[in-house]
Amino acid sequence: MNIKPLAPRSDFPLLAGDPKLRYLDSAATTQKPQAVLDAISGYYERDNANPHRGAYTLSAAATEAYQTARDSIARFLGASDPDTLIFTRGTTESLNLLATAWGHANVKKGDRIVVTRLEHHANFVPWQQLALATGAEFRICELTAEGEIDLAKLSELVTKNTKVVAFGHVSNALGTVNPVADIAAIAHRAGALAVCDGAQGAPHLTVGFDSLGVDAYAFSGHKMLGPMGIGGLIAKRDLLESMPPYQMGGDMIALVGDAATTWNVLPHKFEAGTPNVEGAVGLAAAVGYLQALGMDRVHSHESALVRYATERLSTVEDVTLLGPPAARRGGLVSFTLRDVHPHDLSQLLDAESIAVRAGHHCAQPLMRALGVNATTRASFYVYNDSSDVDALVSAVARVRERFTAAV
Amino acid sequence: MTGPMSADLEELYQSIILDHNRRPQNFRTIPDASAHADGLNPMCGDQFTVWLKMNGDVVEDVSFQGSGCAISKASASLMTQAVKGKTRAEAEKLFDSFHGLVTGHSGGEDLGRLKAFSGVSRFPLRVKCATLAWHAMRSALDDAAKGPASSPPEPQA
Ligand SMILES: Cc1ncc(COP(=O)(O)O)c(C=O)c1O
Repeated sequence: MNIKPLAPRSDFPLLAGDPKLRYLDSAATTQKPQAVLDAISGYYERDNANPHRGAYTLSAAATEAYQTARDSIARFLGASDPDTLIFTRGTTESLNLLATAWGHANVKKGDRIVVTRLEHHANFVPWQQLALATGAEFRICELTAEGEIDLAKLSELVTKNTKVVAFGHVSNALGTVNPVADIAAIAHRAGALAVCDGAQGAPHLTVGFDSLGVDAYAFSGHKMLGPMGIGGLIAKRDLLESMPPYQMGGDMIALVGDAATTWNVLPHKFEAGTPNVEGAVGLAAAVGYLQALGMDRVHSHESALVRYATERLSTVEDVTLLGPPAARRGGLVSFTLRDVHPHDLSQLLDAESIAVRAGHHCAQPLMRALGVNATTRASFYVYNDSSDVDALVSAVARVRERFTAAV
Repeated sequence: MTGPMSADLEELYQSIILDHNRRPQNFRTIPDASAHADGLNPMCGDQFTVWLKMNGDVVEDVSFQGSGCAISKASASLMTQAVKGKTRAEAEKLFDSFHGLVTGHSGGEDLGRLKAFSGVSRFPLRVKCATLAWHAMRSALDDAAKGPASSPPEPQA
């Protein structure tokens, strides 16, 4: 099998500078193309000033750079109203924003909050703690044997008193791609909010927010070729307008009286303080890079690598693959090797310049249900190719030999 | 192993460590323990419980259970062998020597077979693995000195 990289390694300075590196941890964070680094330094070289705050030309340039970035990222994610894209530090902050600002204004004792067994801690703990603070009931939808959300169980769990259903687009631990529209429909039938954690969706799939069906979608720029520290929350306009703000300070106000304050319009109402303009500009460049590749091609490239990796890894004795079949999985494989702890495996792979993730993947409730402490995860992106898979598979086989040969 | 393997890694994964990983010693509970304590590495989810049975000032029996990587499991296993029969003060001294060894602050001359863990000092991320059960052992020692076994704190609801 010969699957070529979709994007040349030479576009990525870190990969170009370390030709031996097999970077298989893009689900944690991706490497950055030169175009993104250039956009960030270009912003500081030409346009840097505090946006929204100066009447001078340079401040206008910064404001414009920030707004242009918002427009193009919103377009990329299929949101026709760019003012409903709130910039945050990333998925974690976006979900905390919702659980805190919307949650405390709307959830009360006797209500129900539903999440799924697949969730990353970022889409689990904020809702769990909201339930504890308000006295609402916190329910976890269990999975099918193949690691997919059990829609029949979910329908039963989502009762009329359910206020929110929070679920991931794609699982970072198993790769499960969830049927977003079906889950949103179940939530909406009960009048509940449908909140989607898109940290592993936006980098790999066409999101199409306007027709996706969910009320809110959270994502992180650093998992889609952009810089760390920028991401966003896209939500329906009426939801954002009816919610109280999350943080208070500069930019998010309209009028500050001695005794009371009124809020600015969207998106500013949720962006208190000096924004991360370099991040937004860098993420816009990342999105431009992905668009030039084509999200359909990104997805089929990853699917091909996952199919190949699944095939090859299942030939290694003592390897158990977790999660749904390759055809229904996002760009990662999660597996265990009998009697070899993932940490030892990843340490030994590292010695061969193969970077994979070992651990609980910030999904302890899922790991408990699977009855494992940790797994090893290899995740793919546009710069990976089939030789990365080959290197991984033969190294895993060698580690197995070493660990079982020891007496 | 036929593939490339650095000298540092060879030292980290010595065969005594791989052996104890596969066949851990004292891997059981002690029903009438004087104290027990948990060691948890929140970064990776590794988790061990260490049981101690004291006879006066002497560690009469010590055991562990749980799951973790080869480094943490082998370290727990060899620890139980090293600590058994020692006085409280001797066990604490072993803790200090072992800690010094894996952090690269001392040569661990008094450690005997535990010196197999000297390779850890070149992998700072693995120091936590090597010392997980040791920290649990030390807090069980403290608890045993204080009185009957106490349970660890519950997580935030
Ligand atoms: C599914 C999922 N949700 C949430 C997050 C949290 O993202 P971040 O750390 O960028 O806020 C991640 C990434 O770690 C993830 O994979």
